[in-house]
Amino acid sequence: MIEILTNYNDVLIEGFINTLIASLIALVISLIIGTLLGIFQVSTNKLLAGIANFYVQLFLNIPLLIIVLFFYVVFPMFFVGVNGFTAGIIGLTIYTSAFIAETVRAGILGVPNGQMEAGLSTGLTYGDTMRYIILPQAIKIVIPPLGNQFINLVKNSSVLAMVAGLDLMYYGDLIASETFNTFDTYIIVALFYLIITLPLTYLMQYVERRLAAND
Amino acid sequence: MDFTGAYSWVNIRFLLDGLLVTLEIAAISIILSFIIGAILGLVRYMKVPVLSFLAGAIVDIIRNLPLLLIIFFTYFALPQIGIRLSIFWSAVAAMTIFESAMLSEIIRGGLNSIPVGQMEAGRSTGLTYAQTIWYIIIPQALRAMVPPIVSQFVALVKDTSLATIITLPELTHNARIVYGQDTNFVIPMFIAMGFLYWVVCYTLSKLSKRLETSNA
Repeated sequence: MIEILTNYNDVLIEGFINTLIASLIALVISLIIGTLLGIFQVSTNKLLAGIANFYVQLFLNIPLLIIVLFFYVVFPMFFVGVNGFTAGIIGLTIYTSAFIAETVRAGILGVPNGQMEAGLSTGLTYGDTMRYIILPQAIKIVIPPLGNQFINLVKNSSVLAMVAGLDLMYYGDLIASETFNTFDTYIIVALFYLIITLPLTYLMQYVERRLAAND
Repeated sequence: MDFTGAYSWVNIRFLLDGLLVTLEIAAISIILSFIIGAILGLVRYMKVPVLSFLAGAIVDIIRNLPLLLIIFFTYFALPQIGIRLSIFWSAVAAMTIFESAMLSEIIRGGLNSIPVGQMEAGRSTGLTYAQTIWYIIIPQALRAMVPPIVSQFVALVKDTSLATIITLPELTHNARIVYGQDTNFVIPMFIAMGFLYWVVCYTLSKLSKRLETSNA
């Protein structure tokens, strides 16, 4: 096991960094898209709500792998070719946006109805009430599940391995087929994933407890 | 694009064969992981010394790993220590290991959401610890647990697509074989497999919504 670590530390670290980069890029973009979609879903505008609902219901129920493969296989047939890394990030972003939209929608609906009525009756517009009254309260409900989404994102980023996306899993697979020492290699890859996901999990549990204690 | 060629009866049959394997793997894994997840969740809830800690540690490690890694592990790494499983059972083992950990976390959370007073009340009326859990805690916790459990089942169905990496002949794998023959089949095949997954998962999640409203 030590041998693999010393011989392949450079590719392992490169994969680790690529996994982190892919997850972070997908997180930032899907936070923006997901939040907008979540707000649209509860909006009174029928068209916006319809589009957002369609998007969410579509991508919530299709495997991530299919979306990533779509961008890896179909996209280059019509537009520019994308490498596995980019196709993976696009797929992750589209997929995670749907989950974040659901989380945000649930957060907004978690704020009691009276808050909206109270805001409107003091003369604020719908947009202002949303922005100054509903969303600040919704954020508190939304933070723990959003943290879990990021953990899922890191784990899901392993699909990059299936489109030669140069992530941790991809290099792990490569090392395993070179050394034939599959057992030790996958244990090492697992440890690298745990370095990211375990602290995040415990952090989210702590945040959740703190938020619950503040209520 | 060649829709009529792609949707020939042979290809559709092949896709449906794949769908059947997908559903088979999903169903077996759902049953197994529900049983194991429930036991693990209960053990952690009951705070048995040593055992609960061990269960918690194992669950935390497994649910923080990518499923793909676990699939690789059960198929490529286990033979190295003398455990040789077929492709089908490697996939089932990986799905079960991963989803049991996820489900146990949901079940533990559901049990913990029931106020401590319920346990105290149960015990003070003379019920044993086990009786209180079975007749008072679980029925109440179930109401909170059913929607996330069904969501996890939906996730499981989607996750079976990852088993294509170990050449399990499931839906994704078969669709890839079909579109590998002819580039004109690529888009029709993506539409077909997307549609099939979507129908299965959407039906399951709608079922969860139904349960949610009928329980409230």
